[in-house]
Amino acid sequence: MSKPRVRAGKFFMHGDHACAEGALAAGCNFFAGYPITPSTEIAEHLAYRLPQVGGTFIQMEDELASVAAIIGASAAGVRSMTATSGPGLSLMMENLGLAVMLETPCVIVDIQRGSPSTGLPTMAGQSDVMQARWGSHGDYEIVAYAPSSPQEIFDLTVLAFNVADRFRTPVILLGDEVIGHMMERVVIPPEGEIPHWERKRPKSPPENKGDYKAFLADDDDLVPPMAHAGEGYHVHFTGLTHDELGYPDMDADTHHRLVTRLGEKIRRNADQFIRAEELYLDDAEIVVISYGCTARSARRAVREAREQGIKAGILRLISIWPFPEKRVEALGEQARAFIVAEMNLGQIRREVERFVSQPVVGVHHAGGAMIPPEPIFEAICSAGSKT
Amino acid sequence: MRIEIRISGFGGQGVGLAGSILGKAIAIHDGREAVMTQAYGPEARGGASSANIVAADRPIDYPFVQHPDILVALSQEAYTKFRPDARPKALILIDDDLVNPFDEDRPFGIPATRLAEELGQRIVTNMVMLGFFTAVTDVVSRAAMEEAIKSSVKDKFVELNLSAFTIGFEFHRSGYTHE
Amino acid sequence: MEKAIVVEAHPLDAIIRSDRMPHIWCPGCGIGIAMRCYAAAILESGIPVDHHIVVSGIGCTGRVAGYMDLDSYHSTHGRAIPFATGLKLANPDLMVTVFSGDGDLAAIGGNHLIHAARRNVDIKVVCVNNFNYGMTGGQVGPTTPYTARGTTAPYGNPEQPFNLPSLVSASGANYVSRWTTLHVRQLKRDILACFARPGFNFIEVLAPCPIGFGKLNNIPDGLEEMELYRQRCVLTENGEVDLDVLSIDLREDKPIYIGEFVQRNRPVFKPVRIG
Repeated sequence: MSKPRVRAGKFFMHGDHACAEGALAAGCNFFAGYPITPSTEIAEHLAYRLPQVGGTFIQMEDELASVAAIIGASAAGVRSMTATSGPGLSLMMENLGLAVMLETPCVIVDIQRGSPSTGLPTMAGQSDVMQARWGSHGDYEIVAYAPSSPQEIFDLTVLAFNVADRFRTPVILLGDEVIGHMMERVVIPPEGEIPHWERKRPKSPPENKGDYKAFLADDDDLVPPMAHAGEGYHVHFTGLTHDELGYPDMDADTHHRLVTRLGEKIRRNADQFIRAEELYLDDAEIVVISYGCTARSARRAVREAREQGIKAGILRLISIWPFPEKRVEALGEQARAFIVAEMNLGQIRREVERFVSQPVVGVHHAGGAMIPPEPIFEAICSAGSKT
Repeated sequence: MRIEIRISGFGGQGVGLAGSILGKAIAIHDGREAVMTQAYGPEARGGASSANIVAADRPIDYPFVQHPDILVALSQEAYTKFRPDARPKALILIDDDLVNPFDEDRPFGIPATRLAEELGQRIVTNMVMLGFFTAVTDVVSRAAMEEAIKSSVKDKFVELNLSAFTIGFEFHRSGYTHE
Repeated sequence: MEKAIVVEAHPLDAIIRSDRMPHIWCPGCGIGIAMRCYAAAILESGIPVDHHIVVSGIGCTGRVAGYMDLDSYHSTHGRAIPFATGLKLANPDLMVTVFSGDGDLAAIGGNHLIHAARRNVDIKVVCVNNFNYGMTGGQVGPTTPYTARGTTAPYGNPEQPFNLPSLVSASGANYVSRWTTLHVRQLKRDILACFARPGFNFIEVLAPCPIGFGKLNNIPDGLEEMELYRQRCVLTENGEVDLDVLSIDLREDKPIYIGEFVQRNRPVFKPVRIG
């Protein structure tokens, strides 16, 4: 008995399961992963669900292999994903760089826990934010989303696949243990209403393979159309610096051109996939910036501040990378103070500080327990009382 | 109005399932808001385990239960561990065969385990308690709970679970009052 | 004086990226010979060329992917096997061959090697073993014999090497064999047979690396190593020799066993399908 790929309906759903269902709804047909708390339920759910819809689940020997496998599957044209937590994300950094260099779409889900090292396996953290941004060696841009609810894990998993395919890039979903392990209402739309962005494909048939250069980007979006293994284009994909044919080219100019284009590809198209939620920002003098589970507390703190007549507002980062520099700069024109609430010791606070001249107050916790609304509220009050 | 609920017991009493059914009934069938969180890892196995639900009329920001307004305790250890965290005037529901409440406490009691055993299945103790919960609190409607049970247990066990729920719902004992 | 014969076309042009020639390999290196056997096997395989996929890791042998006119993937160091695993499972119609070196496959990729063999994934692995890290100038690796010299073991290798056929066999591969770059016909025939044999097939190919390994270990010439192969190689058949005797030290005057060591019919890894 074949089961539906998209389980349309209203559910009281676990965040990790919502991620898995989001992947299925997005058309993911390949998952390779290594179990790690608190992301394991994603693997478990896909081990159960992928076989029902003709997809492939494989448990690999480690996270190095997991990312290599999803890149390989993607090279064959299949939407593919892995899921992990901090220690596994560290191991995945090697082939994250490969996915960037091969411009091979894939989705890496990181359900963050208390770190560094083994840290707090079953308890929440948000301290992989900078690893997601800079963890692999070299200059590159990354796309990363931070869901604040099981519904958003679902929605952003779909978006992650779409962005990955459309722009030929790895996309990271930076969940956290709170969101991954909580149950809340998730509405899954019917299959026809799931957004689908296509991977760009070669314009000429394989018979004219001389006309197709696998790494020749189109001028408008800097994305090269992608041929898949077995289609007859005889592509060459290499992690070495390569020319437009994909051939290794050990040349400084080629290297500079390639690495610059790979970064510019993400930056130039960022407006299409940057996401944020804004609340009470129109006249806000105190701007709270937060994301993931912490944003839930921040939102409540901001509402309470408003009830007390303090002009506070919140910028909830839904996409973390690329960082919404222009929006934060614009808020710097109106705000008196910024507060960044996050379950780490200042990773996004430092990023905000780069774009505003006002004081940026951090409400930080190293992880293990979600930051409740109170300390954020207090920070707002404290900033509000200073003139 | 935000209500914090903790359902607690020992491993195997199905507190996780009870919590998710309650959350589903509120969030899906009653059309209100609910969030459930649980402790994970080795500390969640054996000993006292709990499922934590926040119910509200508006979207819920902070998802954790800090000081339960309602505490359900299916075991002594769970009661002893979690009663102090609950509000002093919290509504307390216990299996009164298994839990000796603190002297100053005035819980609502039901012999949920015994009633489930009389039905032939100790495993539905959680459903008996959910029925009782639905009757003595105004958190969730009976119809919503029955819908949630139907879609949460395997088809062949629906009838048994609904029977257990009904037994709990209709159980009534005078003598306890809640302030 | 004999007249030079000008060859306009090479029989393997159809399958080698001639625009990538000359290759990077040193004079006397054996990798090109192994690649040629692979190329010839592809042309004789009857499987459409477009269905052949080659995946490499990093190192001299890793460059094979770049020279084959196939869909070719040059992945990261050690990760060719999991990359190939994902690719094969995503499109089971493809014939996926991993072509890489001993350091790539057995050291940094060693965990993937044994687990792929355990799973019995349907990929073919040609492992060119030249007993050292050649591309980077002759460091010792997982196959360097005990006491042999490398640039990172100037006083001799203090570690014991892997016996690759024994390792891969113990891990569960459906097929394990060994040839040398002297045995071109056998190697080509064996690769062809592997295309037809389901499951994880592992071929070790001993190859000279006169610059990296030979120079430091008194086999400074590729031909000289080929002569050693000629003198010492002993052909065995499936199950004939104990896997323990397959360890190699070219400096010792003892038999180098080649041939098919293991043939099994364990179930091949298949993704679970329900309904």
